[in-house]
Amino acid sequence: MTLTLKAIRSGEVSLADLRIDRPALERQAAIAAAHGNPQLAENLLRAAELVDLPDDEVLAIYEALRPSRMTAAELTALALSLGSRGLPRCAALVAEAAEIYERRGLSAS
Amino acid sequence: MKRYRFMDAQRVNLDGFAKPDPALGLVAFSSPADPAPSLVIRDGVVVAMDGASASSFDSIDTFIAGHGLDLSVAPSVMGLSDTELAQMLVDPAVPRSSIVRLCAGATPAKLARVLALLRPPELVIAMAKMRSRRTPSNQAHVTNRLDDPLLLAADAALAAAFGFREIETTVPVLADAPSNAVACLIGATVGSPGVLIQCSVEEAAELDLGMRGLTSYAETVSLYGTESVFTDGDDTPWSKAFLASAYASRGMKMRVSSGAGAEVLMAGAEGKSMFYLESRCVALARAIGAQGVQNGGIDGASVAASVPGGLRELMAENVMVLMRNLESCSGNDALMSESDMRRTSRTLPILLAGSDFGFSGFGSIQRYDNMFGPSNFNAEDIDDFLAMQRDWGIDGGLSTVPEETAAWLRTEAAQACRAVYAHLGLASFSDEHVALAVDAAGSKDVACVSDTLRTLGAAQAIRKRGLTVIDIIAALDDCGYGHLAERALAFLRARLGGDHLQTAAIFDPDLNVLSLVTDPNDYRGPGTGYEPSVARQAEIDEIRQARGVEDLRAEQARFASVLRVSRAAVVGTDPRDVVIGVSPAVGFDIWRCLSGLTVPEVLSELLDGISSAGCTGRIVRFAGTVDLGKIGLSAARLAGSGIGIGLQGKGTALIHQRDLSPLANLELYSVAPTITAPLYRQLGANAGHYALGATPDPSRNPYSDEAIEARYHTKVIALMELERLRLRPGASPEELMLS
Repeated sequence: MTLTLKAIRSGEVSLADLRIDRPALERQAAIAAAHGNPQLAENLLRAAELVDLPDDEVLAIYEALRPSRMTAAELTALALSLGSRGLPRCAALVAEAAEIYERRGLSAS
Repeated sequence: MKRYRFMDAQRVNLDGFAKPDPALGLVAFSSPADPAPSLVIRDGVVVAMDGASASSFDSIDTFIAGHGLDLSVAPSVMGLSDTELAQMLVDPAVPRSSIVRLCAGATPAKLARVLALLRPPELVIAMAKMRSRRTPSNQAHVTNRLDDPLLLAADAALAAAFGFREIETTVPVLADAPSNAVACLIGATVGSPGVLIQCSVEEAAELDLGMRGLTSYAETVSLYGTESVFTDGDDTPWSKAFLASAYASRGMKMRVSSGAGAEVLMAGAEGKSMFYLESRCVALARAIGAQGVQNGGIDGASVAASVPGGLRELMAENVMVLMRNLESCSGNDALMSESDMRRTSRTLPILLAGSDFGFSGFGSIQRYDNMFGPSNFNAEDIDDFLAMQRDWGIDGGLSTVPEETAAWLRTEAAQACRAVYAHLGLASFSDEHVALAVDAAGSKDVACVSDTLRTLGAAQAIRKRGLTVIDIIAALDDCGYGHLAERALAFLRARLGGDHLQTAAIFDPDLNVLSLVTDPNDYRGPGTGYEPSVARQAEIDEIRQARGVEDLRAEQARFASVLRVSRAAVVGTDPRDVVIGVSPAVGFDIWRCLSGLTVPEVLSELLDGISSAGCTGRIVRFAGTVDLGKIGLSAARLAGSGIGIGLQGKGTALIHQRDLSPLANLELYSVAPTITAPLYRQLGANAGHYALGATPDPSRNPYSDEAIEARYHTKVIALMELERLRLRPGASPEELMLS
């Protein structure tokens, strides 16, 4: 399905068709790294992992990472879940958050 | 003392000026509590940074130390003296790439110390060299008090036409957000292809709008310099890092926001200086993997501006972002002073240097309609900005939009928006509303037809029905705006590849991405770096007020009537004969004086005045000279009375006498713009009195309190050129007849 007005008129196009895909994000990550920003590259690789996650799940993970939303144990469980679903970089981010929030009193009690 | 009360009454004295108070964090560059730069690495791990050991790191320190520093280069950069690194910034021979490579290993305190050394002209050079994208760009605020969709669409179209490549909207009523996004999307599409749209609201709501494709970038992902303030902002470095990736996963460009003063305003500065705290934010921005930063005080700009060195600090914040190889969206988006001079001084150096975005929100609407609070420059200042680009020969990203073009674009935008809202069953708007929105200078001009409940209803419908950009595009197509639907669709397609996710990315109107990758800044001193193309330079130079001689000729021709030559002029014998000598272009090309009176009106008043004194007047054109004194003297020598009046087409006039030297006179009106009809009449009457041997009270050219001369210089130059073109040296004088 090519993204044309005709396709939209015939109702063939959904939001999913407008989304950037994993290969594109991985390609952009490589370009970012090659231009002196490994952190931007890492961000884009995390993004690549999130491409296929539904919107409400993405929003829920963001919410979970905000202060005093989840306990450290809940965050750790979330990290493990993400890891087992093939989102290792996101899992690592959440796992690190779990550890630091505990230390700094940022998790729910 | 009256002298000082007079000073007190000037606008700058409405500003707040604070004595520095480091304990509150109310200090620009250095507080005793700012740590000295330091970095200790053991076994590839940071164990101490900027005076704190890892065991006492807060969440911000932890994230920076863990993710934000290039440890391979850190020992080199930390080992450089502050002066060495500062000098590299302003040395044209040191490439940008060397500096960003080094700074990737610098701690917050290190960069804070280095940048504090740069003096203002050095900040300008540093910014010119270090900005990420070669081509400068600009961002606009598009908002209004009523969240009126038709007005938003019209204003978004005009902002895009002015050249803004990013548009930011926000809402006085949070629930209106989806409607604002849709209206701006439609309007910007009309104005120019490829303009990125942001709707600045609460973080999750903003992400949701983006997920539906109703917005295309986000900016107000805020970072703070102390953990307490960060937590009060309901986020952490980890939640923000995730948010950044969430946006990227939906193909949306994003940047973070920070800036001096935020921590002070929230009473959480912990005694650190504004610049040091901002340095932590910028290091964190890099650490979380954002491509760019909006800073330069932002909402806290006036806090920085209240202390010594405050404006220097604001610009240094932007340069710090660039040193960390990030996009700078360089503030200037909050009115930091009630004084036009202070707020201009705050912005000018950044414009002179050129930044990735000179404004992180130029108010493209009037101050009162700016729902972020007035920006540092608003719609009131657009012509000033365009003039400043032209004055300095700089590219601030904007171009003149002719009035006819603006009218056409605003009409199309308002009508398309109305059509889409009607088609989707969101709201209906009258023809009158469309017309008012197109014409409006601001929301006060649409208030009589605007209905805030209707807008709220539309916004809620957009949200509840889950409308997306696809629905908007389909609606545009169904309503007969297929070309707009195609344009919006092309923009969506262009974003699929993700090139716009790189640092400092914008789309040009042809949907090419200009970014650090595709359009890198290669400034290496004079003769290098960005130069506007010939076409772009013409855009910068051709402001709508510029007039050439031919423009003035055409303007003058609108007032043309008839001043016929009756005969060759002869020397008069009647002792009551007064001659009015006029300049070469009178009767040909100059018909209206600088005062706005027509030349025949002025001649008529002079003649009436002469006859009221019991004399007779006649009009003679002297084509041999443009000089007022020589014209007047020639007239006096031709006159039976020996008294003449000299009049240039622009309106300057004098009374001359036959035995005076050319540059002398009996009376002189030298300031043409302020001469009125009664004053010309009085000049005529005085000439008559002199002719009869009397000594009248000399007429006086009124002065104005304003210094108006500069207002007329370009007109005078053009008018004198019209005179010069009609010059015929040695020509005989001709008598003219008023019809």
